[in-house]
Amino acid sequence: MTEFTPFLSFAGGILIGLATVALMAVHGRIAGINGIVSGLLATQLSSDWAWRAAFLGGLIASPLIMLGITGELPRIDIPSSPAVLAVGGFLTGIGTTYGSGCTSGHGVCGISRLSARSIVATVTFMLTAIVTVFVTRHVFGG
Amino acid sequence: MKLVSAFAIGLLFGCGILISGMGDPAKVLNFFDLAGTWDPSLAFVMGGALIVTAIGYRLAFRMGQPLLGGQFNLPTKQDLDVKLIGGSAVFGIGWGLSGFCPGGLVPVLGLGLPGALLTAATIVAGILTARWMISMSNRKLTAEA
Repeated sequence: MTEFTPFLSFAGGILIGLATVALMAVHGRIAGINGIVSGLLATQLSSDWAWRAAFLGGLIASPLIMLGITGELPRIDIPSSPAVLAVGGFLTGIGTTYGSGCTSGHGVCGISRLSARSIVATVTFMLTAIVTVFVTRHVFGG
Repeated sequence: MKLVSAFAIGLLFGCGILISGMGDPAKVLNFFDLAGTWDPSLAFVMGGALIVTAIGYRLAFRMGQPLLGGQFNLPTKQDLDVKLIGGSAVFGIGWGLSGFCPGGLVPVLGLGLPGALLTAATIVAGILTARWMISMSNRKLTAEA
């Protein structure tokens, strides 16, 4: 069980939205995390490299801000085994590359622009995630 | 200026992820577990983010140009092809296994948890493998979204 947190989750969503809007308004960029990471893995260095690295640096440093505000680090619980994490991560990398985006890129940026591609992508990955959890927890799990 | 701004926006995004619960795989997996220990919290994350972004994007585009110059970089593809749907289906399976989407994962990397680092390494391996597969099949790739 995890605790139902509608207010905190909504507040967090608003911060994600503000950051997404700021990245577009200030830098003219989509806040698709997978796309930003992927751009860092380019074979040739482009002028885009620096802002991507700075943005990801901010993401990685964000637990420290949380520590400063709340006095404690966020509690993260990873239920999956290392083998399952490895397979899941690998499929995530393959899928977001072929599908041109992840939850932030398609689910937030794309749907906000009413992009048909992003709506189809988001419905698709939400459905397969639900089916996957059903299979692992209720068919094979138990 | 550009780098300070990008770093600050990253901090804001990361705090949003951590406050919302998107970075906590236990919570994410429970969101998907409709038949079990369902936790609908993450619907509120999407709701909050979408309301702000839908309005904010419209206001931003009215400026004509980003504050730091250049142009608004938006994806131009329109087609609903097999790559989009197949890729998204595979991503969903991966997300349902690990509980980490890329946006949820990166802020958690700062905590140094072994499971998060392992997931990040395998996501990078997946991205590089997919690029290699795509270049083998000689197609063009746009991973900007």
